[in-house]
Amino acid sequence: MSQGGRLEDAMNEEVKVVTKQRVAGRPKLLVPQIAGFIYCPGCHEPLAARAIAEVLEKLGMGDRAIGVFDIGCNSFLLGMLDIDAVLTPHGRPPDMATGVKRVYPDNIVFTVQGDGGLLSIGADPLLGALTRAEKITIIMLNNAVYGTTGGQMAPTSLEGQVTTTTPNGRDLARTGFPTHAAEMIATFRGVAYSARGAFNTPKNYMRTRKYITSAFQKQMDNVGLSFVEIICACPENWRLSPIDSLKWIEEKMIPEFPLGEFKNVDRIE
Amino acid sequence: MGERMFIEGNIAVGWGAASAGCQAFFGYPITPQNEITEWFAREFPKMGRIFAQSQSELGSINLVYGAAAAGVRAMTSTSGPGWSLMQETMSDMANAELPCVVVDVQRGGPGGGPIRHAQQDYFQCTRGGGHGDYRNIVLAPASSQESCDLVQLAFYLADKYRNPVVVMTDAIIGRLRETVEVEKIEFGPLPDKDWAVKGKARHKDGKRRIVDHSGDLLRRYPSYRALLQSLEQKMKQMQESELRYEGYKMEDASLILVAYGYTARVAKEAVNMARADGIKAGLIRLITAWPFPYQVIREKACQGGKFLVVEDSLGQVIEDVRFAVEGRAEVHLVSILDRHIPTDGGMILPDKVFDKIKEIQ
Ligand SMILES: Cc1ncc(C[n+]2csc(CCOP(=O)(O)OP(=O)(O)O)c2C)c(N)n1
Ligand code: SF4
Ligand SMILES: [Mg+2]
Repeated sequence: MSQGGRLEDAMNEEVKVVTKQRVAGRPKLLVPQIAGFIYCPGCHEPLAARAIAEVLEKLGMGDRAIGVFDIGCNSFLLGMLDIDAVLTPHGRPPDMATGVKRVYPDNIVFTVQGDGGLLSIGADPLLGALTRAEKITIIMLNNAVYGTTGGQMAPTSLEGQVTTTTPNGRDLARTGFPTHAAEMIATFRGVAYSARGAFNTPKNYMRTRKYITSAFQKQMDNVGLSFVEIICACPENWRLSPIDSLKWIEEKMIPEFPLGEFKNVDRIE
Repeated sequence: MGERMFIEGNIAVGWGAASAGCQAFFGYPITPQNEITEWFAREFPKMGRIFAQSQSELGSINLVYGAAAAGVRAMTSTSGPGWSLMQETMSDMANAELPCVVVDVQRGGPGGGPIRHAQQDYFQCTRGGGHGDYRNIVLAPASSQESCDLVQLAFYLADKYRNPVVVMTDAIIGRLRETVEVEKIEFGPLPDKDWAVKGKARHKDGKRRIVDHSGDLLRRYPSYRALLQSLEQKMKQMQESELRYEGYKMEDASLILVAYGYTARVAKEAVNMARADGIKAGLIRLITAWPFPYQVIREKACQGGKFLVVEDSLGQVIEDVRFAVEGRAEVHLVSILDRHIPTDGGMILPDKVFDKIKEIQ
C-alpha cells in the first residue's frame, strides 16, 4: 500500500545502521529536567518525548509544532518538549488539536494521549476527529493500564492481566476484549497513516521514530489524519522490574498488539 | 449606519458574532438553537471563517477551547442537555483563562424535558456550571436586537477578562422575529493575545507558549492559592465593573418586578397595565444575570419596596432576590406553574402577572 515519503526513506536507512549509530545525546527540543525526573524508573513514556523531539528537529518543524497533551502520566511530556503546547481535560486532545489546526493549518498539530485517555473517555473526540478526517496526528501511548490513577484496567489491558480493578486478572467474558487502536483507526477512510511501535529495544525505538516521522510527514503533506500507537512499559503498575517489563512487552504485549504499519497512503480517494 | 434586517434572535446571534470578528464556530444540532448552527454553516465559509459541525456538545466546547487557545475569537451555541455536557470544559477554560462565548438557548428541563421555551438554566449559568470556583459573566438578551448586541459585548468581555462569557437566551427570544440594526460596536482596545499558542515561529521572542488548565502544575501561578486569588480578583472585578440592568419606571416604584429574557417583556407589559391602574409598579430587567444587582434590590428593599419575580422556572432568580433583600421585604413569584396552559406550549402571560400584582400590592 505504501509509497512512503522521502524522510521515511532516510529513516529506513537509519534503522539499518542502528548498531553503529550513536543513540545518546540530547535533542535541543528536549527540555532538561532540572527539578528532578518525574517518571518512575523504567517508564517508557518519556522516550516518546525524545522520539518526538528528534523527529521534529529532523523535519525542521520544532518552531512550527503545537503539541496537545492529555491528562495522564503522558501529560508530563508537555514539560519535556520545548514547543508550543496545550494541556486539555482528560480524553479531549483530538478536539483541541482540531480547534488549533483549523486556525493554523500550516503548523504540525499533534496530540499525546494514553490508552485510557484516547480509547475510553476520549472515544467521542477520537471518533469525531476520525469522522471529520481532521489533518492532525494522534500519538497514543499504550501501557495497558490507567497509569496515573494507580493501574486500573484500561481498554488495552490483556487477558488475565492483574490490575487494581481486575484483582483476579482481566476476565474477557465480563470485561470485553483489548482494543486494537492502530488496526481500528486504519479502517477509517480519512486516515492517511496508522502504525504501532514500541520502545522495548533500540531497533523498535528507531522503527517507532520512523513511524512518527511518517505520521508528521502525512500531516505536512495535508493527506489526512495520522496515528501512531506506541507500546510503553509501566513497571510501576505492572508490578514488574524495568527488565522484566521488557520481557512482558516481548512475550505478552506484542503478540496481542503486533507492530507495524496498518495504513500508509499518500492520497485519500 | 448598520444594515437593517428582519430576523430571529438566533440569527441575530450570528450577525452579532460576525460583527465582533468571531473567527470560529463549532456546533451540534439541538432544538431550539439549530438556526444558530445552521447560520454559521451557511455564512461563515463565505466569509472565509471557520465552521465545523462537532460530534457532540462535548466536542463543540473542546473545539472552541482549541481555537481560543490558538488566539482567535471562537464560540458555540447549544441548549439545556448540550449545555450540561459542556460544563467540564467550561470549568477548564475558566482555569486556563481562555476567552470564548457560549450561547444557551434555554429549553425545558430537567432531563429530556420539552424542546420548547423555559428559563430553568439560571442556576447552572450563573454559578459557573462546572466544578470548582469560577463564575462566567452571563448576558441575557430580551430581543433580537439585544441578541446581536450582547453577543458582541460578550466577545469583548471574554477577551477583557480572559474568561468564558455566556449568552443566556430562550426559545422565545431565539425564535422571535424582529427588526435588527446590525452594526459593529466598538468597546475599546484590548491587549494582544501574546499568550496564545501559534507555534514558536510566530512569537516575537521565539519562546514557547503553554495553555494549561491546571494553574500551578506548570507554574503559571506560583501556587494553588495564587491561582485562586487571581480567580477571586477576576470575579470581584467583574462584579464591580460589569453589572448591567434596565430599570423601567423605577423612580417611584414600590412594587418591583424582577425578570430577564422573554419573561422580562411579559413583566414590562404587566407593569404598564398596573401603571394604567394607578399601581406604582416598576421593573428591574436583568441584562447581566451574573453579576446580579444585589445592591440595587437591597436599597429598594430598605425603602420599603415589595418584589415580584417573574420567571419561567420553579424559582431560581427568586433565590437571588431573597438573598438581596435579606428578609427586609416580601418577595413573590410568578413561575412556570402559572403558565396559561399546562402543556409545554404554555407561557407566562401579562394578564397572569397583572393578577398577581393586584393580589399582592
Ligand atoms: C473526567 C476525568 N475523569 C477521570 C480523571 C482521572 N484520570 C486522570 S489520568 C487518568 C488515567 C490516565 O490513563 P491513560 O490515559 O492510560 O494515561 P497513562 O497515565 O497510563 O499514561 C484518569 C482516569 C480525570 N482527570 N478527568
Ligand atoms: S505510573 Fe506507569 S506510566 Fe506513569 S510514570 Fe510510572 S511507570 Fe510511567
Ligand atoms: Mg495508560
